[in-house]
Amino acid sequence: MSTPTGLVVGVDVGGTFTDLFVLDEASGSARIVKVPSTRGEEARGFMNGVGRVADSAARIATIVHGTTVGTNALLERKVARTGIITTRGFRDVLEMRRRDRPQTWGLRGSFEPIVPRHLRLEVDERVLADGSIHTPVDLDQVRSQAQALLAAGCEAVCVFFINTYANPANERAAVAAVRELWPNAHVTAASEVLPEIREFERCSTATLNAALQPVVGSYLARLESDLRAQGFAGELLIVQSNGGVMSRQTACDVPVRTALSGPAAGVIACAAIARSAGCPNVITGDMGGTSFDVSLVAKGEAALAAQTSIEFGMVVRSPMIQIETIGAGGGSIASVDASGMLQVGPESAGSNPGPACYGRGNMRPTVTDANVLLGRIAADRPLGGGLLAAMDADKARAAIEQHVAQPLGLDVLAAAEAILTVANAKMAGAIRVVSIERGHDPRSFAYMPFGGGGALHVCAMMREVGVTTGIVPRYPGVTSALGCVMADMRHDAVQTLNKGLAELDIADLRQRITTVAAACQQRLDSAGVRFEQVQEVIALDMLYAGQTHTVQVPLPVTQASQISAEVIRTAFEAAYQAAFGRVLDGIAIRVMNLRYARIGVRPKFDLAVLAPTGAGSTQSSGEQQVFHAGRWWAAVRYPRLDLPVGARIDGPAILEQPDTTVWLEPGFHATVDAFGNLLVKPS
Amino acid sequence: MTEFSAGPAMDPVTLAVLKGRLEQIADEMDATLYRSAFNPIIAEAHDACHGLYDAVSGDTLVQGKSGLPVFVGAMAFAVRAAARVARERSGPDDPHAGMADGDTWLFNDPYEGGTHANDFKLVRPFFRDGKLFCYLASAAHWHDVGGAVPGNYNPAATECWQEAVQIPPVRIIRAGVLDADVLAILKANTRLPDSLWGDLNGQLAALELGVRRLHGLLDEYGDAVVLQAMGELRSRAVKLMRSHIATLPDGRYSFSDILDNDGVKDEPLTIALDMRVQGERMTLDFSRSSPQCAGPVNISRATAIAACYVALKHLFPDVPANAGVLDAVDFVLPDGLVISAARPRPVGGYTETILRMIDVIFSAAAQADPTRAVAQAYGTINALSIAGHRTDAARKGQRWVMFSFFGGGHGAHSGGDGLSHGNAPISTATIPPLEILEAAYPVRFTEWSLRADSGGDGQYRGGLGANYEIELLEQDAEVFIFGERGKSAPKGIAGGGPAAVNVFSYQNNNEWKTPPMVSKMVGIKLKKGERVRLQTPGGGGYGKPSARLQSSRERDQALGYVTAPALAVTKEGA
Repeated sequence: MSTPTGLVVGVDVGGTFTDLFVLDEASGSARIVKVPSTRGEEARGFMNGVGRVADSAARIATIVHGTTVGTNALLERKVARTGIITTRGFRDVLEMRRRDRPQTWGLRGSFEPIVPRHLRLEVDERVLADGSIHTPVDLDQVRSQAQALLAAGCEAVCVFFINTYANPANERAAVAAVRELWPNAHVTAASEVLPEIREFERCSTATLNAALQPVVGSYLARLESDLRAQGFAGELLIVQSNGGVMSRQTACDVPVRTALSGPAAGVIACAAIARSAGCPNVITGDMGGTSFDVSLVAKGEAALAAQTSIEFGMVVRSPMIQIETIGAGGGSIASVDASGMLQVGPESAGSNPGPACYGRGNMRPTVTDANVLLGRIAADRPLGGGLLAAMDADKARAAIEQHVAQPLGLDVLAAAEAILTVANAKMAGAIRVVSIERGHDPRSFAYMPFGGGGALHVCAMMREVGVTTGIVPRYPGVTSALGCVMADMRHDAVQTLNKGLAELDIADLRQRITTVAAACQQRLDSAGVRFEQVQEVIALDMLYAGQTHTVQVPLPVTQASQISAEVIRTAFEAAYQAAFGRVLDGIAIRVMNLRYARIGVRPKFDLAVLAPTGAGSTQSSGEQQVFHAGRWWAAVRYPRLDLPVGARIDGPAILEQPDTTVWLEPGFHATVDAFGNLLVKPS
Repeated sequence: MTEFSAGPAMDPVTLAVLKGRLEQIADEMDATLYRSAFNPIIAEAHDACHGLYDAVSGDTLVQGKSGLPVFVGAMAFAVRAAARVARERSGPDDPHAGMADGDTWLFNDPYEGGTHANDFKLVRPFFRDGKLFCYLASAAHWHDVGGAVPGNYNPAATECWQEAVQIPPVRIIRAGVLDADVLAILKANTRLPDSLWGDLNGQLAALELGVRRLHGLLDEYGDAVVLQAMGELRSRAVKLMRSHIATLPDGRYSFSDILDNDGVKDEPLTIALDMRVQGERMTLDFSRSSPQCAGPVNISRATAIAACYVALKHLFPDVPANAGVLDAVDFVLPDGLVISAARPRPVGGYTETILRMIDVIFSAAAQADPTRAVAQAYGTINALSIAGHRTDAARKGQRWVMFSFFGGGHGAHSGGDGLSHGNAPISTATIPPLEILEAAYPVRFTEWSLRADSGGDGQYRGGLGANYEIELLEQDAEVFIFGERGKSAPKGIAGGGPAAVNVFSYQNNNEWKTPPMVSKMVGIKLKKGERVRLQTPGGGGYGKPSARLQSSRERDQALGYVTAPALAVTKEGA
C-alpha cells in the first residue's frame, strides 16, 4: 500500500485451486482469479495466478499470502534435515512428549519425531527454575556438537535448553556460538520462539520452526524473486496462524507461525463480512472434502487458542485462531457398524477417489453421494467449474442402498437423508463445542458457511443449533484469499513470570511490557506497510497457587503505567468468576505468563465492492426435484450471482454459483444484502 | 434398571444424534474439572471421571471420552454405594429412598465404590418434575487425604486407616447448601487443605454444569426419547461386544503373572486368569489368583470388574462406553482373593494390581487371536512422592510434597512396534512438565530420557520405557516409592520377548542402593545433592524375534533404542 493507486492482491493456495482476490483501490473494484494449484511447486501456480491479475506485476502494490506450504511439509515429513543441541540428560524430550497416546482406547499408537534421535545431541549446561545458573554452558562442546550435526548433513538446528524461560543466558551464548559457524541462517533458539514454561511444548514448537525454516524460506525467496522479475516492487506479506499478517522476513524467521495461515485468513474474512452485515457475533463453518472446521467470532474478534497439534505429538504452541476440526466433509464415508449404529466419518474418501458418484473406484457412500441422490447437487452440474465431468447418481444410489439402506432396513431415500442428518448433527456438535463449552450461547450468533460444501447445509445447521441468521458470503469459495487482503498485521509475544501476585515486581512487569512492545513495533515497521492505527493487547495467564491450568486475564489498561497489583487482582477475579462461577477466597493468586499482542490496523476497504451491480435478475433457471423431510419438493433454481441487492427468494430453492450451491429448505427464505451476502432466515 | 419405554426400536438417526449429545455433556464436565482443579493429578494427569448413571441400577448410561478409563467401570459401584446408604437412612415412605433434589453425596470408600481412598466420588441425584431421573457423578484423585504417607501411596500399610482417612457416603451439599461441618472434617484430614478445597469446588462446578446441560437436552428432545436412547445405546453395546467375542475361536485360554510383593512381605502374588470363550459369551475366571494379602496391593471386587472393562475396551475399542460392555461377560471372582478383598485390607496400590489384570487379559486374548491383542505395557505407575520442609527464610517450615506417576513403553502389536513413553492403559494421564515440577518443588531433574534396551524383542519391538533421575535441592527430604514389575518383566505375545524390569535406586552416603522390596519403599532419607533414579519398563514384543526385519534392527542400533547386538537365540515370552 505504498502507492495508493496500486492493486492489493490476496493469494490463497489450496489443494485444488489457487485463489486470488484482487482489490483495485483506485477504482474501488474487486475481482477474483482462480487457477489450478501446482502441488509441490506452489510458487508456479502462484505466479500463474499473478500473471492473470494485471499486464504487469509492477501494478501490484501489496501481495498478502495465506500458505499451507509449512503445514503440508510437516504432514508429509518433507522438511529439512534438522538437529537439536540440548541440555545434558534431555535429548529425548521431543520424543517422550507429555507421556500421552493417540487414542484413549486401543493402545496401537506410534510416534515418529521430526528429528531422529541420533541428530539430538547434548552439551553440559544447566539453569535452575529460579533462573540461577547451575552449570555454565560449555561452548567448546556446543561448537563440536554443531560441527557433528553439520557433518551428519543437517541444514537447520534448534538450540533448546531446560528452564530458559527463567534465564536464557546459557542458551543465548550457545546460539551465538552456533550462528558463528553455521553456514546458513537456519538456527533457531527455543527461547526466542517461545520463552514460556513447559519444556516439551517449547522444544516441539522450536524444532518444527527450525525444520521449516529452509522449506518456507526457500519457497518465499523464490516467490519474491519471481515476483521481482515480473516487475513487482511492492511488499509481500504472509498470513500467520493468529490471523494477522507478517513481513516475509518474519515468516522466514518464525515459519512455525504459518501453521494455520490459510484457514486463519478465511476466518478473518468471515469476521469482517459478518461485521459489515450487522452481525459481530458469528460462527464460521468451512466444509471441505474430509473435514469441517469451525471457529467463533465474538464481538468481531476471532477466538484464539494457545496451541494446536498438527498431528499426534507434533505440537505447535503459539497463539492461533481457534479452529475446531471434525472429520465430516463431503467425502466422509457413511457406514453401519455391527450393532446397527449409523456412523458418518471420520473415514473419508477425500477428493481422490472421492465419493462413489465420482466413479473413480470408491464404492462406499459419502455425504456428497447423499446430496446428489437427494437432488441438492445436480449430477449434471457439479461444483468446481468444470473440474469434474458429470457425476453418476446411480453409483451414489447403489452405494447408499448396499451400505446404509439395507443394513438399517430403510428405503434408499430415507437412508440418504439419515446420512445427512447424522453428518449435520456431528457438525452441529462441533459448533456447540466452540460456543457452549466456551460460555457462548450459539443461538445469539449468526452462522456463516464458507468453502465449497458448507452452503448446502446452512439451513440444517441453523435448525440444529437454533441459529436465526445464516450468512452465505457472495464468494464463499475464495474467502481465504479475501481474508488475506483484510487482515491486520499482528505480533504476539509471551514471557513466563511465575510469581505470586503479592511478590510480583510491578515496575519490572511494566518494563517488560515496554521492551516487548518495542520489539513487536520493530516487526511491524519491518514490513514497510502503512497502518491506520496501532493497538495493543496486554493479558496475564493467572491461577490460584496450586493450580496448573491458567485463566487468561486481559488487563483493562491502555498503557503499562496504569498496571497495579489491585488492577490485576480485580481483573483476575472477574475472569475466574466468568469461567467457573466462583472465586476462591483466601488462596494466593499467581501470575504465570505475560501475553502481549501488538496490532497494526491496515486500512479497511468497503465490502460493498463485492455487491452485485446493475439491475441483475431474479429470473429462475429452472426447477429441480429435491428430497427433504421424507418427500420430494419442486425447488426453483436461480443463478445466485445474478440476484440483485434486495432480492428475496423463498425455499425450497437451489441457488447455484461456480464455487458453491446453496440449498434453501422449505420454511426458510434468503435476501441479498447491500454487500451481496445472502441472509438466510426462517420464514 | 430403569424400565426404558418399550415399543418400536428408536429411529437410528435420533439415536446417533443423542449419543453424541449425551457424551458431550460428560466431556464438558470433565473439561470443567480439569481446568479448575488444584492438584496436577487431576489438572494434568486427568485422574478423574464424569458420567450419567441409571436411577434404579446405578449402571453406567453415558461416560465422557476424556475421563480416566478405569473409573468407567468403577463409577457404577460408587453410585450404588451412595444409593444404598441413602436408602438405609430414609424413612419407609420416602419415594426417592433418601435421595433429594439439590443434595450431593460424597465419599471415598474403596470397597463398595472402587479404586482407592484418594478418589473422592461425588454423586448427585438428578430430578425431573419431582422424580429421580438419573444420577450424575464425579470422581477425582485428591492430592492428600491423611494417612501415614504424603500422597497416600503407603506401600507398608496393613490397614486402610494407615492409608487415608475413611469417609463413608455423606451429604456435602444439602438442598443446595454446602455442609460446613463435613468440609471442616475433610480439611482437617489433609496435609494440603487448599488443594482439597480447590478440587472439591471443581467437582461441584462440573456437576452443576452437567445438571444444566442435561435439563437443556431433555427440554429439547423430551424425557421419554432420551430415556429410550439410553436404553438403546446399552443394548447396542451388548450386541457389538457379543459380535466381537463371537469372532474369537471357542476355547479356554489361561495366563498367569505375578506382582513382585505386597510391600509388607516379600513374596510374589499370582494373578491368574482362565478366559473361556463360547460363542457370543466370555467368562473371565480369576479364581486361581492369590488370597488377599497384608499389604496394599489388594483390590475390591468393584475395582476388579472395572479393570476387566478397561482391558476389553482396549481389545474392542469401538464398543460404546456404557454398562452394556459387561453384559456379555461372566465373572468368576470368589471372595477373599487379592482381587476381591474386603475392609480393612489396604488397597492404596490398586493401580498395580489392575494393570496386572489387564496384562493377563491381553496375554490370554493373544492366545485366542494374536492379531487382535497387544503385548503387555510397562505395567506399573511408579507412584513417587518426595516430601520435606522448606528451609529458606521466606518459607521456613512450609511443607512440600511432590507426587507424580511415571511412564513406560507400550506393547508391540500385529501392526508395528509399541509406543515409547506412553501413559498407563488405565489412564489418559499426561506427565507434568519437568519445568513445572522444578518451579514448584526443590528438585532438579538430571535425566529425562528414553531407556535403551527396555522394549521386548520380536518381529515388532515393544515401546521403550524411560530413565528419570531427580536430585534434591533442599536440605532433607523423605522419599516414598510404590512401583511394580521389579522382578517380573512385561511379557510379549505371539513369541515376542519380554521387556526390561523396573529399577528404582537411590543415593545414600555416596552409594547407589535399591530397596529390599525392589520397587516399594517408605521413608527413604535423602540429603541435599543426593538423587533417586527410576528406570521404567518398556512394553513386550510381538512375534518371533527371528522375524524382525534386518533394517529395523539396524535402525534400532543407529538410534540407540537397542545397544546390544541381537542375540542369535532370543529368550521367548512366558
